[in-house]
Amino acid sequence: MSRIAARFAALRRAGRGALIPFLEAFDPDRETSAALLAGLPAAGADLIEIGVPFTDPMADGPIIQAAGRRALRAGASLRGALAMVRQFRTADPETPVILMGYLNPILSYGPEPFARDAAASGVDGLIVVDLPAEESDLLAPFATRFGLDIIRLVAPTTDDQRLPKVLEGSSGFVYYVSITGITGTKSATVAELSANIPRLRRFTQLPIAVGFGVKTPAQAAEVVSIADAAVVASSLIATLAASLDEKGHPLPGTVARVLADVAALAHSVRGARAAA
Amino acid sequence: MNEIPRPQPAPPNSLRNGPDQRGRFGAFGGRFVAETLMPLVLDLEAAYENARRDPAFRTELDDLLTHYVGRPSPLWHASRLSAALGGARIYFKRDELNHTGAHKINNCLGQILLARRMGKTRIIAETGAGQHGVATATVCALFGLPCTVYMGTTDIERQKPNVFRMKLLGAEVSPVSAGAGTLKDAMNEALRDWVANVRNTYYLIGTVAGPHPYPMLVRDFQSVIGEEAKAQLRQAEGRLPDVAVACIGGGSNAMGLFHPFLDDPSVRLIGVEAAGKGLDSGLTAASLSRGRPGVLHGNRTYLLQDDEGQIQEAHSISAGLDYPGIGPEHSWLHDLGRVEYVAATDEEALAAFQLCTRTEGIIPALEPAHALAHVAKIAPAMQKDRIILMNLCGRGDKDIFTVAEHLGVTL
Repeated sequence: MSRIAARFAALRRAGRGALIPFLEAFDPDRETSAALLAGLPAAGADLIEIGVPFTDPMADGPIIQAAGRRALRAGASLRGALAMVRQFRTADPETPVILMGYLNPILSYGPEPFARDAAASGVDGLIVVDLPAEESDLLAPFATRFGLDIIRLVAPTTDDQRLPKVLEGSSGFVYYVSITGITGTKSATVAELSANIPRLRRFTQLPIAVGFGVKTPAQAAEVVSIADAAVVASSLIATLAASLDEKGHPLPGTVARVLADVAALAHSVRGARAAA
Repeated sequence: MNEIPRPQPAPPNSLRNGPDQRGRFGAFGGRFVAETLMPLVLDLEAAYENARRDPAFRTELDDLLTHYVGRPSPLWHASRLSAALGGARIYFKRDELNHTGAHKINNCLGQILLARRMGKTRIIAETGAGQHGVATATVCALFGLPCTVYMGTTDIERQKPNVFRMKLLGAEVSPVSAGAGTLKDAMNEALRDWVANVRNTYYLIGTVAGPHPYPMLVRDFQSVIGEEAKAQLRQAEGRLPDVAVACIGGGSNAMGLFHPFLDDPSVRLIGVEAAGKGLDSGLTAASLSRGRPGVLHGNRTYLLQDDEGQIQEAHSISAGLDYPGIGPEHSWLHDLGRVEYVAATDEEALAAFQLCTRTEGIIPALEPAHALAHVAKIAPAMQKDRIILMNLCGRGDKDIFTVAEHLGVTL
């Protein structure tokens, strides 16, 4: 069983939803980013998403765009992100790690060597924003061969007729983009999620994570009362950004402040179904 | 010639049959967009297939091209320029005489009719030089639709007259400061807007790039350039040109000129990219000469990128060519060898700009000045009975401030 499947099975037994924090690799620099990554499981991350910085992040709002720019200035690359995961794995063999990013750095690396090196580094799943089901054959065969889950995005615009095509060949979990928009902007209402998540469940047995616009502990708790996991990105990165000095360098409290936010989210997510 | 020629159907083995069902030209093109946009891109494809089978759509477009744009645009024998260069006979396809001063309007009218068929109530666009932004703002004024144009802050600075024109036409010009503040960044921001407003918004892309079906439909709307020129040259000279030349940023004017000639092997086709400060200066926009295949803005194509697959900033004196990618059909024609792709520097374009102005009394845009720079390189070595056809795709009024600055003149 893959790490992702094992983790969701364990959470189901425990009767609770998952918190998936997202941080950009190398934001604000390699050392701080590695320290954050290492601290996430103890702070309450059930799975971890790592963003791979790209010059042209078309699906991202201003907060993650700025994180990407800081990371690229600090020397981020796909190769560097894989090295960070390798380092993380020496201490944590269990927490699933998902890489999220854009296709071009993967094509540049080469889809086959990338899938091989990602798996060898301890990556469990891939989310490639600009690789829809129609183009998936560029990467999917290699991901499958090396045991990486391909996690597909489903959007509010993905109708019932299209859903089977998007879900075919997805594994690990399904990532529901809860709004039509970019990261860190609008939020979906509980009513919208209550309508859309059951619609998705009719088409798939996979766990469903909800992302885009999940910002506060209260929102994360609402999400896991309907779906299986909440992805929180921009609000964590906003805390990180606010903790930096004016040149964008970390201060002594940076790591602790971000991990404290993660802990607050985790606390809320873990209490969600008990409260409900 | 007063009629607008209809596109001719392509035979089975034609180079004009692309793209395939997946929107690919060979290995290039495709639909690399986020899932949120994917249903929309498929809707657009269906709407376009439906429109192009509808004679009423074609009739309305032709009527607009004739009476609103002023097509067909003239074919001009540039005899003083030909004499000055001392070789081939040079003809200009004068798309700079179109309403709004460039070829961009051909595509905008086609797409605004599509947007209306699809029931969209808001239009967005990206622009570099501002020509596409002005053309989009123009058709939005004509059809009474609200319009937002994304434009990089660097381009806003160097294309002030066009920014003002867009505002006069009622468009909102939204400045984009990310990256180098040029066309690439404007396109990112337009895509973000589209994702956030998918249900009511039509994204009117200005060049033969982006996810399928954009490269195909923009090419189809621009092919009127080559169709007309072919018929006009047959009337003037009784034959095909020996060489056809056009400048390339994303490549819409070049694709419009080249496409009707792809199956005429006697016609050499030459696309001129912007070399910027020089191909190996690190300040260039020549994606085919110095890039390699990758994925950006919805399509697989040649891109300027570093070893890690990060996209590099392009550089050109011409805002309209200042883009690190190129339309996917050009990438395919490049790999096939059917079209030759060369480059002209900022300096060469400036020299050609002045040559054209003084010999022909035509102030060209800096974009086609790149095409002319290459014409000036090859014409002298050609026999006097040889014919070069060049697309003069835009007029230079918008560029006089940039040119003045480079010539050390204060206006």
